Amino acid sequence: MINAVISIFALAGVAPLIQRFAGRRAGLLVALLPACLTVYFASYAGVMMRGESVTQRFAWAASLGVEVKFYLDGLSLLMTLLICGIGSLVCVYGGGYLRKHEHLGRFYLFLLAFMGAMLGLVLAGNLLVLFVFWELTSITSFLLIGFEHEDEGARAAALQALIITAGGGLLMLAGFVMLGQVAGGNYDVQALLAQGDAIKASSLYVPLLLLIFVGAFTKSAQFPFHFWLPNAMQAPTPISAYLHSATMVKAGVYLLARLAPALGGSVEWTSIMTTTGALTMIVGSVLAFYQTNMKRLLAYSTIAALGTMVMLIGTGSEYAIRAALVFLLAHALYKGALFMIAGIIDHQTGTKDVEVLGGLRKAMPLTATIAVVAGLSLAAIPPMFSFISKEMLFEATLDVDSNAGRFRLILTAVAVLAGTMFVTVAGLVAVRPFFGSLKVTPKVAHDAPLEMWFAPALLAVAGIVFGCMPNTVTDRLIAPAVAAVYPNAAPMELALWHGLNVPLGLSVVSIVCGLVLYRAWDALRTRTKWTQGFSRFGTEGMFAAGGELIECLARWQTAILQNGKLRIYLLVITGTTIGLTAYTMRRGGITFPAANFFRTDVKFYEVGLALLILAASVAAVRSKSRLGAVAALGVVGYGVALVFILFGAPDLALTQFLIETLTVILLVLVLYHLPRLKAITGKRARARDLIVSLLFGALMTTLVLITASVEFDPRVSDFYAAHSLPDAHGRNIVNVILVDFRGLDTLGEITVLAVAAIGVFALLKLRPQAIKQRAKRKRRQLKPLKTTTRGEESPL
Amino acid sequence: MNTLLILPLITPLMVAAVSFLVWRRKAWQKWLSVGGACMSFVWACALFESVRDGEILTMQAGGWAAPFGISLVADTFAAVMVLLTATMGLAVTIYAVRSIDERRAAFGFYPILQILLMGVTGAFLTGDLFNLYVWFEVMLMSSFVLLALGGERAQIEGGIKYVTINLLSSAIFLAAIGFLYSVTGTLNMADLALKIGALPASLTAPLSVLFLVAFGVKAGLFPLFFWLPASYHTPPAVVSAVFAGLLTKVGVYALIRTFTLIFAFTDVDVDNLLLTLAGLTMVTGGLGALAQTDARRVLSFLIIAHIGVAVMGLGLNSTRALAGTIFYLIEDVIVLTNLFLIVGIMGRVCGTFELARMGGMYRTHPMLGALFLVPAWSLSGVPPFSGFFAKLALVQAGLEVEAYTVVALSLVVGILTLVAMMRLWAEAFWKPSPYVVDAAQDKMQTGKMLLVPVCALSLMSIGLGIGAEAVFGVALTAAGQIDNANGYIEAVLGVRR
Repeated sequence: MINAVISIFALAGVAPLIQRFAGRRAGLLVALLPACLTVYFASYAGVMMRGESVTQRFAWAASLGVEVKFYLDGLSLLMTLLICGIGSLVCVYGGGYLRKHEHLGRFYLFLLAFMGAMLGLVLAGNLLVLFVFWELTSITSFLLIGFEHEDEGARAAALQALIITAGGGLLMLAGFVMLGQVAGGNYDVQALLAQGDAIKASSLYVPLLLLIFVGAFTKSAQFPFHFWLPNAMQAPTPISAYLHSATMVKAGVYLLARLAPALGGSVEWTSIMTTTGALTMIVGSVLAFYQTNMKRLLAYSTIAALGTMVMLIGTGSEYAIRAALVFLLAHALYKGALFMIAGIIDHQTGTKDVEVLGGLRKAMPLTATIAVVAGLSLAAIPPMFSFISKEMLFEATLDVDSNAGRFRLILTAVAVLAGTMFVTVAGLVAVRPFFGSLKVTPKVAHDAPLEMWFAPALLAVAGIVFGCMPNTVTDRLIAPAVAAVYPNAAPMELALWHGLNVPLGLSVVSIVCGLVLYRAWDALRTRTKWTQGFSRFGTEGMFAAGGELIECLARWQTAILQNGKLRIYLLVITGTTIGLTAYTMRRGGITFPAANFFRTDVKFYEVGLALLILAASVAAVRSKSRLGAVAALGVVGYGVALVFILFGAPDLALTQFLIETLTVILLVLVLYHLPRLKAITGKRARARDLIVSLLFGALMTTLVLITASVEFDPRVSDFYAAHSLPDAHGRNIVNVILVDFRGLDTLGEITVLAVAAIGVFALLKLRPQAIKQRAKRKRRQLKPLKTTTRGEESPL
Repeated sequence: MNTLLILPLITPLMVAAVSFLVWRRKAWQKWLSVGGACMSFVWACALFESVRDGEILTMQAGGWAAPFGISLVADTFAAVMVLLTATMGLAVTIYAVRSIDERRAAFGFYPILQILLMGVTGAFLTGDLFNLYVWFEVMLMSSFVLLALGGERAQIEGGIKYVTINLLSSAIFLAAIGFLYSVTGTLNMADLALKIGALPASLTAPLSVLFLVAFGVKAGLFPLFFWLPASYHTPPAVVSAVFAGLLTKVGVYALIRTFTLIFAFTDVDVDNLLLTLAGLTMVTGGLGALAQTDARRVLSFLIIAHIGVAVMGLGLNSTRALAGTIFYLIEDVIVLTNLFLIVGIMGRVCGTFELARMGGMYRTHPMLGALFLVPAWSLSGVPPFSGFFAKLALVQAGLEVEAYTVVALSLVVGILTLVAMMRLWAEAFWKPSPYVVDAAQDKMQTGKMLLVPVCALSLMSIGLGIGAEAVFGVALTAAGQIDNANGYIEAVLGVRR
């Protein structure tokens, strides 16, 4: 199994090369591997029928709970066969569909990478590994939806799908981690399934369930996240056929089915899932009615189908699970085929709008035949496999009585509605384009080449074959899958004919209603078109508005925070320092050391010195000229140097004198060339700045006073005094500290000075003008583009 | 005495010194730097190898016993960071060889880059608080010169904001050191860890907040990060890359060191403060990235967002969370450096960093597009790249202590990052170029040499994901050491707490 997944990824890596060298035959060549894998996995059917499973494992990041465990049981087998089987067909079909596309090689690359991810997803026996593949399917889907990347709509759709599915996936990760923690740090799926009762009893059950629901519902396009799926129809049709009907969107359904034994059965599980599923069915069915684009028609009917599956799994009865899985298989077959048909029509006629299509049966007899067969499947007409699945659906909704009581009628009605709409959609997609009078299309229509009709033909025929011998399929595929979801399931027997009963009646009702709706489609649609005005109140509009809101918020907060004004930045940082420090001081219960502040042993000249420094500081701030400010700062510096002298650090004082003198002289020399000071702030701003400055000063003063009240531990300075002469051979302790005890610091500071010197030199000498001119010249040769390196003042 | 501790510091210093001697020989300086970066890388590997199993190496500079001289200490965390520094140093030096113009090279670009790397390495290796300040100064001055080198108007504007705010941070840092020295009488961090216990928490908590602010500015925490988006988009890409990868991480490293070793008190208040700041940092950074229209500014805000995620691990305060943070730092350094390097190439190709004017590269530069996606997804926490595992560890650690809000925010920031990155990608690669471009001419512009470091770093992102178990093992070792500081203290001072 591991080899299967790896081989698909490896093939993905070389697919562009194959495309380059094999040309037209590349599709067939690439399809070989998934076809072989289909056979390989099918060979496990016997094992599955015996109720066994296969496991392979190796450690990946075990300390984080990530163990690569691959696990094949009935449910995984059903999915792998769909993935590989339809996957190989899509490779062939896509090769024909995109034959002239310049990025066909990349198509194979992304498609196969997706296939590998999807295989990994359904084979994963560890929640975190499952998540890894889950997100991989999201990003490969992103690349595939945006395949026609020069189209803005495709880019937007790709981003939307990514945000919704990958975002939902990240929330699901939180749910997975919670689930793992409830289960004692174990992420092994099979181990989790065994602990269902403990999980359901946990206080984290509801949150984790909701988070996992978000993941599954976003992926499987459930209401209210359904809207990304129709938009994803921007992808080339082979991709829609594969990802957005047959496989990826079923990942959510798969996950729910997979976890049903562990999480299912509770009131929350049943009510949320049946409600969501039913709502999705309604939304999908109703919206499908208003589409004229074949792909979007199919997409909305897919949404309704996915809703059906979620609803069925939510009700959780044995019969419902069985119905869900039979439907999953049937749906993949006919929906894959119909998408491919839609693709053929689009490819051959240049349009996929059902309103302008008609009478193609003469030009495209083969396509018409396949379309009708697949359409019968969608409409669930006997003897199609899907007929059986629909009978089971009705039976399951009628059967929910024991589980969800009064929902029975509602669910059945919803199921009939969905069934009706499937018939209408089938008519619109598979009948209408081919019958009636021939309409003029952008391209003159003719039948598709073999590689394009082969795949849908096979899928459509499979629908008949499975319908005629349902038990061959169910014994090998469905029953083992049901057993994985619903342990101890009774053996099942399927047949086209169940006798005259309520489900059959409902089938007839839905077919008749569907045909009526089909006949009345044009009239009814145009007459009720006004209802589409409400669509902007739909969830897509809400999500878009939410996105817009977030963007506005982002711009607003960035404009406020990153406003480009240095003085505001400094103000905020200083304010934060004051606020946080004061907060912790208050919390810690520090009192202002008043005794330190109001000391009596202060000399008069010390007070004088302090006043001098203060006065000079005020003068520096208030000065109207740069020169005055510099002189005042010089006085501050000299004052500080005097303090050093008074408190016994004459060498420090000397250094300070030197630095101050030099700074003042240099500044005066430089400042001479600068313009006069301009007032850039108003009175109020200056008052605010004054308050913040005073507070900062007060904070520092308080800290000094507090720390000064702690007795100094002189161990280190005593050591320096004692060892300076005997060990370091220097009489001046400060010098010895600088060059020996803490020589490394000095080395660093010297380096700083050297770098600063180079910096000054470069700033003076390295004129940007020359660079700019040269760059401009270079640019002019290249393209008509103006490059600007903008500061942050420019509008965002 | 352990030479391995001083070699990663001496090598760049010597390279710089020799380069200054051959000031006019630009080619010599260039290749000297490449050689020096290679050597530093080798030393860093050797250092990492010798401590990866949990040993702690120390060296007392000048032979003066701790706490009287300056101690250099390499525990696993420090060695990991040194190794990352050397790796990024090598990558950006190679990138610079082909991307830095002759005029910048003539004004000491290469030696100053080496000095910057020395400063970063020194900050990781030092065991002395004041020495840390000195390395910060080395970093600050050399980064300022690199930032302003070229003298364009935007560079000077950004540079002034950068240097002013960072000097304020340095002043606060220095004042905090002074206060701490006056109450403990020592600067040695291990010694401080011993002495701090004797002081009342009501005194140490406000002091710790001063350090929080000083390092918070360096790290780019909310609401102290202004200097970063103001300046990171102005210098050449290679300079932004080394800044993005390393400078903010030094701030985070210093935060982790001080708050696990020195202020390791079990004060829930400070942890909550860290978590609050981390959460706000993530949100403002993530939202900021969405609001940008310049590729480099998108990245600048993403740096901030992910600093928040890294600090979240410190605030959660458990071995697992710290391990997650260390893993996250490893990933972040590689990924952000790489992203800036790639965006640099994109800018060369398109002639602009304005998203609206970029485009068409999916057709002309598909490989570059693929190379961009690797770090972009890794940063967003998309599996199977390294970022996912780091995020996973943090989410697990966060949910363990039921810190739901911050975990939710960290997931949201993942989504915001993904949106920002994919939108950038769609604009620059998918969108057709708004200009008529001769593709052949454009192809010429990306030098092959520029792709070498980019490819290497992308491979690292993938490799760290595949080898997540080994990386997380190292991170756990490192986290164990810093969570229980006794080993560190004993290695430095030779006494037990």
